[in-house]
Amino acid sequence: MTRNSKFLSISSLFGFIFLYAPILGLIIYSFNKSKLVTVWGGWSVKWYVELFNNEQIMDAAVVSLKVAFITATLAVILGVLAGYVLSRMGKFPGKLMVSGWITAPLIMPEVITGLSLLLLFVSLENLIGWPAGRGITTIIIAHTTFCMAYVAVIVQSRLSQMDDSLEEAAMDLGAKPHSLFFLITLPIIKPAIISGWLLAFTMSLDDLVIASFVSGPGNSTLPMVIFSKIRLGVTPEVNALATIMIVIVAIGVVAAMWQMRKKETTL
Amino acid sequence: MSNVTRAFWLSRYDIFKTRFSLLKNIRWGRYAVISIPSLWLALFFFIPFLVVFKISLAESAIAIPPYTDMFGWNVEEAIIDVKIKLGNYLYLFNDSFYLDAYLSSVKIAAVSTFFTLIIGFPMAYFIASKSGSMRTLLLTLVILPFWTSFLLRVYAWMGFLKKNGIVNEFLQSIGIIDQPLQMLQTDFAVYIGIVYTYLPFMILPLYTTLEKLDGSLIEAAKDLGAGPIRTFFLVTLPLSMPGVLAGCLLVFIPAVGEFVIPALLGASDTLMIGRVLWDEFFLNRDWPMASAVATMMLLILVVPIMFLRNGKKEGSE
Repeated sequence: MTRNSKFLSISSLFGFIFLYAPILGLIIYSFNKSKLVTVWGGWSVKWYVELFNNEQIMDAAVVSLKVAFITATLAVILGVLAGYVLSRMGKFPGKLMVSGWITAPLIMPEVITGLSLLLLFVSLENLIGWPAGRGITTIIIAHTTFCMAYVAVIVQSRLSQMDDSLEEAAMDLGAKPHSLFFLITLPIIKPAIISGWLLAFTMSLDDLVIASFVSGPGNSTLPMVIFSKIRLGVTPEVNALATIMIVIVAIGVVAAMWQMRKKETTL
Repeated sequence: MSNVTRAFWLSRYDIFKTRFSLLKNIRWGRYAVISIPSLWLALFFFIPFLVVFKISLAESAIAIPPYTDMFGWNVEEAIIDVKIKLGNYLYLFNDSFYLDAYLSSVKIAAVSTFFTLIIGFPMAYFIASKSGSMRTLLLTLVILPFWTSFLLRVYAWMGFLKKNGIVNEFLQSIGIIDQPLQMLQTDFAVYIGIVYTYLPFMILPLYTTLEKLDGSLIEAAKDLGAGPIRTFFLVTLPLSMPGVLAGCLLVFIPAVGEFVIPALLGASDTLMIGRVLWDEFFLNRDWPMASAVATMMLLILVVPIMFLRNGKKEGSE
């Protein structure tokens, strides 16, 4: 028994080192003074200064944040509807197909999703003249489509954990469907909505492949700019950028966990 | 009109009104709610595949968009020409380059999935064996990288595996090697990249099944004299099969079509089909060929995707 658990803890320890060592290395080297990325030249924040003076990166960051914000909001609206429809609205014609469509974007290789959406946009433009050209709108539509799947899955699992007796009680007391949804269901799935929004936001912010297919000239997102830079090798500015993004995410996740624990203990 | 008949008609009217309002409020509202996400997915997820298939049957052309039309209209003679080119598919099967790319993608994805399982299983088991805040902490540590940028996590390995990178420096300083190893731009780096980025996808479904595992069965096996290895292979592993299957498919399916990892960590001759598709589209500008490559990739993945869906359904019932 003890030998068994020793094996488990040692292999897990190595697993967690494997998960975190590259990230830690990246963070440490972002403070490296030397231009040669591997030679340690002392601590410095000069790459952070360079990063904020790099207009190309900053412009792309603005585009990405804008896209991610709109995407997350649209994805939450559509994803909540989809999750609700699939778990609370009983049977309807085509349900099996829709439930397949909602899980497939999660595992579909991105190159396929990107190519297929691009070809759709081009065909639509030929047919009805919309969308005229490709740019932020087409990126938002593409991101919303795969992000709404994540939101729908989270909402669906939250709804399936909660029994529908509250909703039934409200219905028995005469609540109309829409007030039932806004007064009972929505508050219950609020945590799922918040985490769904955040997940959609980070997914959109992170996507390289799909955005590369469906974006037009002059609308490069942050991952596209990063990719074109790091293809040529390691760049210290990207180390600084990565550190900032990782720290923001880590603070966010830890804060969310802490909030959840606080709630659990007060309940 | 007598009072009785008036009351009769009024009550009819009431019934009619309530029926109608029910129809208005529930039925139409219901169909609107169902149709909004369904139509969105139909238009932006399902129909695009049909478009890909259609364009895979076209021919590359110097035009905007760069492919030939499937339908030719001859208004004067009222003729519709339908042109279906199978040339792209013939090319796919005849040119060994594409076949090799498919095979090597499947091989790389399968081997990486195996190693992800080997690394992920003890971690999932370890987390499931803890309780309370320790478990929450470990789960957070598994999920945290999943929230940080995928692209930057792959990039982190570039700095790690370079010729003068951290791993080489470390191995040299402790004297295991005296020449730096070529690790970046090899298949080895691609395996590491896939295992690393997809590890959370393996751990989470494994953890979910292991957490529900009935500990008394394992104890029973031990009481009956089975050693730890026998217990593992005869009791624990079979019972956690749903999680193993789900985790493997969640890693394998996206790994087959992976583009970023082979592009950043792989050698220039690391063949993966996602990269072939990318080059076909962005470098050769051959949209029909890229579509044919995508269609074939989808056909390869249909079986594992179906498996994943069926497994999920059984799990939820």
